[in-house]
Amino acid sequence: MLRPVLALALMATTALAETIPTGDLGLVVERATGSLLVVDQSDRARIGRIEGLGDLSHASLVYSPDQRFAYVFGRDGGLTKVDIVTQAVVGRVMQAGNSIGGAISDDGTLVAVSNYEPGGVRIFDADTLDMVADIPTDSKTIGLVDIPGRRFVFTLWDAGETWIADMTSGEAQITRIENMGAFPYDALVTADGRTYITGLFGADNLTALDLWQDKPEPRPILPGYAAGREGLPVYKMPHLEGWALAGQEFVLPAVGQHEVLWVDARDLTETGRTATYGQPVFAMARPDGRQVWVNFAHPLNDTIQVIDTMTKAVIHEFKPGPGVLHMEFTPRGHEVWLSVRDAGKVMVYDTRTFEKLREIDADSPSGIFFTARAHRTGL
Amino acid sequence: MNRVATGVSAALLALAGPVWSDSSAPDPAALSRLVHQDCGSCHGLTLKGGLGPDLRAETLQHYDADVLKSVILDGIPGTPMPPWRPLLTEAEAEWIAQYLLKGSQ
Repeated sequence: MLRPVLALALMATTALAETIPTGDLGLVVERATGSLLVVDQSDRARIGRIEGLGDLSHASLVYSPDQRFAYVFGRDGGLTKVDIVTQAVVGRVMQAGNSIGGAISDDGTLVAVSNYEPGGVRIFDADTLDMVADIPTDSKTIGLVDIPGRRFVFTLWDAGETWIADMTSGEAQITRIENMGAFPYDALVTADGRTYITGLFGADNLTALDLWQDKPEPRPILPGYAAGREGLPVYKMPHLEGWALAGQEFVLPAVGQHEVLWVDARDLTETGRTATYGQPVFAMARPDGRQVWVNFAHPLNDTIQVIDTMTKAVIHEFKPGPGVLHMEFTPRGHEVWLSVRDAGKVMVYDTRTFEKLREIDADSPSGIFFTARAHRTGL
Repeated sequence: MNRVATGVSAALLALAGPVWSDSSAPDPAALSRLVHQDCGSCHGLTLKGGLGPDLRAETLQHYDADVLKSVILDGIPGTPMPPWRPLLTEAEAEWIAQYLLKGSQ
């Protein structure tokens, strides 16, 4: 018979053996099957699958501060809470008819979802998924991000306004900012929560807000950047991400032009343009800011270009395969993971040598999300 | 002007060309994949809508196939619906219009 102290020690050992650290895990959206792959970044391997998440076309997710739970925003209006340790769905609500993305508050207690149908944002308790605020807008909402101080910022596609919802009192206090421009399709916020930039489909500029101001004023960026040039068809809208800051410049996808646009992050003036292979979808700075990786809209979505931020020149181009939908850097940028939808693979590359390190099978993979996002504002 | 795609870019045509149209007959597998995966970027994988409208059969019944075909080929100026003429033949657009009307699920 074991003495009590030894028995306790054995139990503790057993408990430790079952501890699953989540810091280098991630989730890959399998868009056609409504499932998530659980992946291990260091092992470059899939370690499980979570099913039953509904329509995951254009799905995204955010992480709890402890990097254990993910909140998954499905196209069908489903908000699903997933435990990546037990690899199980632990909560799910159908909160709208059609939704596009979401955010988690800086304190991890509130999850906000951006909806197309009905238009607006709904905010939920992160533990229970009970709704704590409903913010109707009569407009599709896009570009929802968190900023410090239990606040969320989002933009209205139809109305061309940006709203700031302050949840510090427990109820949504709304600041409305009009005249953002025609058809804002997506937005980003910088990691410090200060600069919010929305891209416009209906105007030849982007619009920035300085969120450190009490009453932020819309400021056009790159006015008339495509003036006098023919607009090329946009077969997939670009995405704007908090990864846009490369050193001291933003790198932003043009709309209707095959180029990325460089903007000084301090005074928001143009610093250059780089012609690209097609309509950029994601232009993502490697976390150290030295490179920008760009993927493209259909039908040119088999290709990646890598741009050096010192010279703004394309230094590498390759074709991972048909349907490169998404890229995710490891947190310090030594590797990048690519979703190659039609190949049914996630491909892992070294970002310095461009060598392919691994292929991981996945069913129509799209978004890739590492848990390090839990500690980044605006992702 | 940039925003409204008023014409077909020669450069894009040269780069891309009509991707499905090398053979004479539409390829149903490739076209249904295009509808769900690529039209699905805006209209949703199940076509129930997103930034673009609901394209399910019950929603589209009051449209005639020719109208849908012309929207597919020429887009809707002033909206994000692009012209697909650079990438699709008339026969392919016709196939997609019929596919949507008869219910694609």
